[in-house]
Amino acid sequence: MTDFAGSQYLIEIIYLIASALFILSLKWMSSPATARHGILAGEIGMVLAIAGTLLHHGIIDYKWIIIGLVLGTGIGIPLGMVQMTAVPQRTALSHAFGALCVTLVGTAEFYLRTPNVPKFMMSVLSMEVILGGLTFTGSLMAAGKLQEILPQRPITYKGQNLVNLLLFLVAVGSAVYLVLHPGARIFFPIIVGVSLIFGVLLVIPIGGADMPTVISLLNSYAGLSAAAMGFVLDSKLLIIAGALDGSSGLILSVIMSKAMNRSFSNVLFGAFGQVQASAAGEQEAKPVRSATPEEAAAILLAANKVVIVPGYGMAVAQAQHKVRELYDALTKKGVEVRFAIHPVAGRMPGHMNVLLAEADIPYDRLIEMDEINGDFPQTDVALIIGANDVTNPAARTDQSSPIFGMPILDVDKAHTVMVIKRGMSPGFAGIDNPLYYLERTLMLFGDAKQFVGAIVRELTGGH
Amino acid sequence: MNTNLIDALFVFMLAAFIGFEVIRHVSPLLHTPLMSLTNALDAIAVVGAIVLVGEKKSTFATVLGVIAIVAATSNVVGGFFITDRMLRMFKTSRPTKPQLTKP
Repeated sequence: MTDFAGSQYLIEIIYLIASALFILSLKWMSSPATARHGILAGEIGMVLAIAGTLLHHGIIDYKWIIIGLVLGTGIGIPLGMVQMTAVPQRTALSHAFGALCVTLVGTAEFYLRTPNVPKFMMSVLSMEVILGGLTFTGSLMAAGKLQEILPQRPITYKGQNLVNLLLFLVAVGSAVYLVLHPGARIFFPIIVGVSLIFGVLLVIPIGGADMPTVISLLNSYAGLSAAAMGFVLDSKLLIIAGALDGSSGLILSVIMSKAMNRSFSNVLFGAFGQVQASAAGEQEAKPVRSATPEEAAAILLAANKVVIVPGYGMAVAQAQHKVRELYDALTKKGVEVRFAIHPVAGRMPGHMNVLLAEADIPYDRLIEMDEINGDFPQTDVALIIGANDVTNPAARTDQSSPIFGMPILDVDKAHTVMVIKRGMSPGFAGIDNPLYYLERTLMLFGDAKQFVGAIVRELTGGH
Repeated sequence: MNTNLIDALFVFMLAAFIGFEVIRHVSPLLHTPLMSLTNALDAIAVVGAIVLVGEKKSTFATVLGVIAIVAATSNVVGGFFITDRMLRMFKTSRPTKPQLTKP
């Protein structure tokens, strides 16, 4: 017995150290200079925690544990090697995996413990599987949309919110019944099943442009479900890790929804798609001015200050490496080039930063919206590559616009605006952009990668 | 049991506040790696699955537990791996070492 108690203490001490390392890991993440220490701290904490757990006195068989660890590693390595453009869907997929783990463990715990489940235990266990279940299927749907296996347009139907609400009430109602009558086994599969369906229905109506908020929210749910699992297993390490992840996801969701000037409930229940039909119709064939790569190159060369505004379109066209060549060519000619990053540009928080960093663009050239907006009046050329709604001046002026009030990059204040775009079709949200009809705006029609490549050839052609 | 529960609630509350304070200061530049890192850390749920499988209390629990271990481990490995890859890409254009000689 004393031996058991001894190893239990050792395990708890190891968990304590691991918890401290996890907190340090996130703390060091605050700046690029220390961020890699953060990973190391996290890795050490993780290895310690897993090794400590293997000392647990209740473990009588290691075979399946090892098989699971090896298989998981085998799946994890390719998931760690995906292209940077695929990071949003990979992230969604990993939220799904995390939630799957939590849901499965919760399910197993229920059947091992029923009917002797105290009320509080049953409440957190229900919370664990409800959050876990809806995060699992919701994240799979999000990953499917991002990978374009599923349509990115919001899928809406009549009474959608009512159906979702009813499902949610069924899940919570069954959970309450189980708390009061922990022997009523039949309600458990109902809770799990309804949560899984609820996750699917919750993400179906959400469009691609809202993905940054949704991914952050699912991140938060995954964390909270893990914290709930910590309560069930009485593991403080899990509670801490879950709480950290939950608060991280929540902060990111708040930042994302603020950057779109929308509330959570509006993102989750107010499918963007519905508003547009009214806004689209009125814009009929206004004149725009377009330019060739040669003209664009000449204007860029004459500029002193250029700000490039990347968006999801740059990611889709895989144009980040060409953009880097453009950055190099212009910098070499003495033009000051910076990048303006809108918080919701792309499909997940920080998406553009990672893509541009992948293309070897120094991160001190990537400037956040609030910091760079004041500089646009002194900017000679704002070059927009695959971004649309985040540059739409209607958000400032047009009260009828669905994006009215959303903070935008003030590109229209630059002396010249150039927009690389495939055609005049409206952006993802289907909202027309008055920026394109300004006198100072030049439309550069074509594929982002090819067009930027053509400009680069013009700039470097003489040498 | 009840004191354990109250303790656990205190731990949760404190950890949530620490999380808010620490993560509020993360540069927006690093939001993507932040998310993949928290994902990897969150996969600490693997410890629950390990105990579940090791205790071999029922075949059902063991099967679910093994799947859970696979899912969580792939998050641990993949999450740390890709976070590291991302961070290695972040370079600055300024000289990395501070210059000792003043002009």
